[in-house]
Amino acid sequence: MQRTLSPEDFRQVVGGEHVREAVPDDAVDGVVPSIVVEPGSVEEVSEVLKLASGAGLKVAPRGSGTKMELGNPPAGLDVILSTRRLNRIIEHAAGDLVAGVQAGVRLEDLQEELSGANQMLALDPPEAEGTVGGIVAADASGPRRLRYGTARDLLIGITVVLADGTVARAGGKVVKNVAGYDLSKLFTRSLGTLGVIVETIWRLHPVPFASGTVAAELEDAASAGAAVQSILHSSLVPGALELRWRGGRGRLAVLIEGVKPGVEAQSRAARELLGEHGEARILDESEEDELWSELLPMPWESGGIGLKIAGVPAGLPDVLESVERITGRYGFEPEISGHAGTGVTFVGLSGGDEDSRAAAIGELRRGVEERGGSLVLVQAPAELKRRVEVWGSTGDALQLMRRVKERFDPGYILNPGRFVGGI
Amino acid sequence: MLDRERVIRRMEAVLGPEGVISEREKLRTYECDGLASYRVIPSLVVLPETAEQVQRVVRICNEEGVPFVARGSGTGLSGGALPVEEGVLIVMSRMRRILEVDIPNQRVVVEPGVINLWVTEEVADAGYYYAPDPSSQLVCSIGGNVAENSGGAHCLKYGFTTNHVTGLEVVLPDGQMVHLGGKAPDTPGYDLVGAFVGSEGTLGIATKITLRIVRKPEAVRTLLAAFNSPDEAGGAVSGIIAAGIVPAAVEMMDSLSIEAVERGVRPGYPKGAGAILIVELDGPEAEVEHQFEQVERICRENDSFEIRIAQNDEERALMWKGRKAAFAAMGHMSPDYYVQDSVIPRTALPEVLRRMAELSAEYGLRVANVFHAGDGNLHPLVLYDEEKEGEAERAEELAGEILTLCLEHGGSITGEHGVGEDKKKHMPKMFTEDDLNVMQLLRCAFDPHYLCNPGKVFPTPRLCGEVPGPRRELHPVQKAGLAEIF
Repeated sequence: MQRTLSPEDFRQVVGGEHVREAVPDDAVDGVVPSIVVEPGSVEEVSEVLKLASGAGLKVAPRGSGTKMELGNPPAGLDVILSTRRLNRIIEHAAGDLVAGVQAGVRLEDLQEELSGANQMLALDPPEAEGTVGGIVAADASGPRRLRYGTARDLLIGITVVLADGTVARAGGKVVKNVAGYDLSKLFTRSLGTLGVIVETIWRLHPVPFASGTVAAELEDAASAGAAVQSILHSSLVPGALELRWRGGRGRLAVLIEGVKPGVEAQSRAARELLGEHGEARILDESEEDELWSELLPMPWESGGIGLKIAGVPAGLPDVLESVERITGRYGFEPEISGHAGTGVTFVGLSGGDEDSRAAAIGELRRGVEERGGSLVLVQAPAELKRRVEVWGSTGDALQLMRRVKERFDPGYILNPGRFVGGI
Repeated sequence: MLDRERVIRRMEAVLGPEGVISEREKLRTYECDGLASYRVIPSLVVLPETAEQVQRVVRICNEEGVPFVARGSGTGLSGGALPVEEGVLIVMSRMRRILEVDIPNQRVVVEPGVINLWVTEEVADAGYYYAPDPSSQLVCSIGGNVAENSGGAHCLKYGFTTNHVTGLEVVLPDGQMVHLGGKAPDTPGYDLVGAFVGSEGTLGIATKITLRIVRKPEAVRTLLAAFNSPDEAGGAVSGIIAAGIVPAAVEMMDSLSIEAVERGVRPGYPKGAGAILIVELDGPEAEVEHQFEQVERICRENDSFEIRIAQNDEERALMWKGRKAAFAAMGHMSPDYYVQDSVIPRTALPEVLRRMAELSAEYGLRVANVFHAGDGNLHPLVLYDEEKEGEAERAEELAGEILTLCLEHGGSITGEHGVGEDKKKHMPKMFTEDDLNVMQLLRCAFDPHYLCNPGKVFPTPRLCGEVPGPRRELHPVQKAGLAEIF
């Protein structure tokens, strides 16, 4: 049967100072692990995982820890495997617009490094302190996904360590590459359940020379929908199209990026288009900063309830109306924001008792799923997550997803229970 | 053993006699795809018309233990749709309906046999197009594009097939049907759409594909710049990238390729050029105007001796015509040629080209270069004469050396043609055994019985070991000693 491991076994692999007893802050949804291990190399990650899986210990990979609340409560947790020490930028090939970085590099640190060459990784999730490995695992994204896509579109190479310690690489450091299966995409959004991401290679973009913001005040959901459609089907190429919504009205902001004359021309065109649907204007620089600092944070407090609805962009009025109608019926006043151009809407709920929360979310989810979308409970107290499935339905694909999981991590060592269908 | 007669009867019961081809002469039509150097006559060809028929065909293959290969238009260049001898070839060309056009959500839902260009034609009036544009877009099918993750000249800016597929209906290798992704983004669960696109037909058969379409740009500007050498042209490309410009396309042709197309479609490229660049910018008018001037200036700074700017669609089409006809034009230069599809980090270009010229001299074989210069995807064409003793072998060897050269510079063995049958032997040069084994874990999850396009992509196919379900006799591949249990 399984051998009992002591922290000493892990200390021998990663060095005494890189293993510590877990503290309450290390808990995931109330489940407290025994130890936190911080390997300093890919080889050490492999050794740690071999030890853990040999002993049947359950492991949760962790970067900066910004997404530890995402997912169902863990079915088991013994070891936190922290990637903090894997914090090296391996290569920035500016001429090739490519960078290779270890998983524990924080996004803001990477951006800082890249900015020296006027380049960037075109990902802008709200938590800039998140690590690139965590961003990949959680598929974190931000407003500019409208133009640049999400992690899956920018990640061109990956190195992972499987539960049994096998180190494997896929993709490479060239943007165009179809050799072998695209494991970068398989690992993106896998929430650490298939293996530990240790290195990533990214396609970069030039930092835009100039930017501008056009904002419109919208008085009802139909106008919001029409305003978004007018931008989407125009020849403008916006960097982002963001909405903030409360009590049946809100504000839409269009981010325009590019060269200065282009930004000016596009901003004027955007104002004209939006003006058909509400009061629209081009913001000056200080207003711009203020607006984006209002728009960017998720529309919920820490400790509150956060939902992510992914649907189609033309479904926006329906989503806005149904969120307000349904949650309103249970006594909530929802805060809403969203990447309106890509069909992603965030909803923050506060107050209410457990029953009304569960009922409102359930009802909302049924409607969203009927229209081919999804509703994920991205932030909630563990008690609520035990009542309302975090991820919702995966349709007829769940069995196949389980088969994938069982090939990569047959012992269900990695983040057990946290992913879809209890994977 | 395959009971061919019984399989034919069962397939006919599903598809009718007109949906099953079994006469040897007719089967010969399907013996190869776009890479004619590999030929295998399948045991049987079937032509399903609906997803349900595909599902029933695959189920029969499972029950009979017969391997199968799906094929679209057969334009692939790596032997990915090469049939299996004792197997069934499932030809998807009768499933060619555009099922839904959803302009408000920028999506089109199609069957796999739909031709790439049809999608653009369907949405052009609404001001949209489908971005991935492989050179074969007049004939290649979306299903094949999905299998190969096809690229094209414009993927530098707009991405590959994988960036434009949001949903799939797939018949899995065991006949089960699953729905992955959809019109909406961020479907919870593993990104199996991302894993499936580019899996070269080894993970199942797509029967319905949801595509993202892109708004037509307000402005498109194209220029053609002639240089004395590829080094100078390469310098211009570096300058464009360093200026923070992301062109829609940057294509380079060397003197041998230029000579070939001038003998063929005669695009009238500048005389005496050692290399030409085609640079296309698109986007909002003001943006494009500003950057186009910069591109022009950068080309001059890198000693371009002639710059032509397309004044209208016709002139643009003529510039592209030469580039798109480059492979075919090689017939004017040499009886035979071998196309390579390797990729290098763009900055390694001058060094790789110099070394390639040396290799070409060593082997006494000419190498023409046509490439997607923006993303480093080279298409070296090794010219040879099959009639000359040993030349074909030397050409293949030289092509292999070129691949190794690209890998030494951190590149890839294939940028868009796929591994298929042709390049699987090179996979161990790029990946370790562990890398390849881990990739095959994914295949085992999708195709535990190893029936779906077996023998492609991986140099050492592995069977998947214990799987739930009825016990089966020894796998034909295993019997033949071609694979080991994983």
